[in-house]
Amino acid sequence: MKQSTGKKRMDNEKKRKYQQMTMKMRPNPPIISNSIKAFLVGGAISLLGQGIQNIYINYFDFSKEQAGNPTVATLIFISALLTGLGVYDKIGQFAGAGSAVPVTGFANSIASAALEHRSEGIVLGVGGNMFKLAGSVIVFGVVAAFFIALIKTLISLI
Amino acid sequence: MKHGRSTWEFNKVRILSSAVAVGPKEGQGPLQEDFDIIHEDLYIGQDTWEKAERKLFEEAVDLAIQKAGLTSNQINLMIAGDLLKQIISASFTASYAQIPFLGVYGACSTSMESLSLAASLVEAGYADYVVTGCSSHNATAEKQYRYPTEYGGQKPPYAQWTVAGAGVSVVGEGLVGPKVRYATIGKVIDMGLKDPFDMGSAMAPAAVDTIAQHFKDTGRLPNDYDLIVTGDLAGVGYPIAKKLLKEQGYDMSTVYNDCGLMMYHADQKVFAGGSGCASSASVTYGHIMKQLNQKRLNKVLVVATGALLSPISYQQGETIPCIAHAVSIENEED
Repeated sequence: MKQSTGKKRMDNEKKRKYQQMTMKMRPNPPIISNSIKAFLVGGAISLLGQGIQNIYINYFDFSKEQAGNPTVATLIFISALLTGLGVYDKIGQFAGAGSAVPVTGFANSIASAALEHRSEGIVLGVGGNMFKLAGSVIVFGVVAAFFIALIKTLISLI
Repeated sequence: MKHGRSTWEFNKVRILSSAVAVGPKEGQGPLQEDFDIIHEDLYIGQDTWEKAERKLFEEAVDLAIQKAGLTSNQINLMIAGDLLKQIISASFTASYAQIPFLGVYGACSTSMESLSLAASLVEAGYADYVVTGCSSHNATAEKQYRYPTEYGGQKPPYAQWTVAGAGVSVVGEGLVGPKVRYATIGKVIDMGLKDPFDMGSAMAPAAVDTIAQHFKDTGRLPNDYDLIVTGDLAGVGYPIAKKLLKEQGYDMSTVYNDCGLMMYHADQKVFAGGSGCASSASVTYGHIMKQLNQKRLNKVLVVATGALLSPISYQQGETIPCIAHAVSIENEED
């Protein structure tokens, strides 16, 4: 094993001490109040989704299963609209995970990237950058879904 | 003339004029009276963020030259930079101004990097008049370094707000205007910090190193100055730098401030404070120049601090190397 020299060890020690000091001196995110805000806003978005679903079921004759798709589409539309109006990023700063985790957060990540890169053209700008943030969600979502489906199929064969 | 390891002394270089153009948020801050041009619209009437930043830069260059009583044909050189890839704001502005151009990059230390170089070229006789400055824009910086501007991510309280603005000065020999007296060139300091939102903690040691080097090289002490400012350490880096300097025996308590803290009111939702090239450039070329010209301040040390990271370097898990350059700007003693 390579031995570190005395100077290097002292340097590392100095850096470690400094890093500890900065962690102590800087204001950390208020985890409890952030969690409460995330819970309330995330809950409110879900409640809104439920309300929309009930409307589709009660007024448009969708079955409970059928109502899922138009509900998600409506939430995506609202989120993209709020992104375009410059409101969603403010909700995001307030709510954190509360507005990032629901489908509206996913829509915001796509709409905001599309808006941002509009100036670089439709194909290379919007097309090439739209999934810059959402891309990894899709990739890992699809991969995870594939393995879960595989496991489910194997279990049903036994 | 060189002093110590990395301090240059100038005798005949003055800042003949300066101009600052800023965006709406900066125009609502405590220094609004000190800025020449304040725009109400973050797009500055342009159709892209990049053009908006460039427009601020062009306006500041035009106005600084005009205030010096010169025309752009009389300017020998422009030394400028910004934060965008391939420093496009600076080079497109140089293309607009049609002045011989040297582009520089020192992240947010560019303001004093370019001023140091400009002063040394004027002192050495390679140029009569040099335009120097830099720009940054909140939205272009967000787009390049972080997330799309409308993305709803949550930032930690130690994050900073990139200043939208451009600060430009005309440097040359002349009879009026404060003198550029010393420039201390900093070395790159990396304390192993990795959080790209926490620039203040990363940059503070670089500022401290340059300030201490400046005192060592010139034999001056904090109280020799009326004001010492760092560029954009903001709420997190400022107390750290103060503490580190105290540990080295430099008591900064009465003279020290930070441009990132001076830029905005506490209730403007800018997290820990301002950052970006334009933080030190607008405060120096707007507020401090005004104070110097009115003789309310006579000796000022501006320490512009820069984090030399890129989106690629931090995604690859690299630490954040930082730098600071100090320039002392002084009225002649009567």
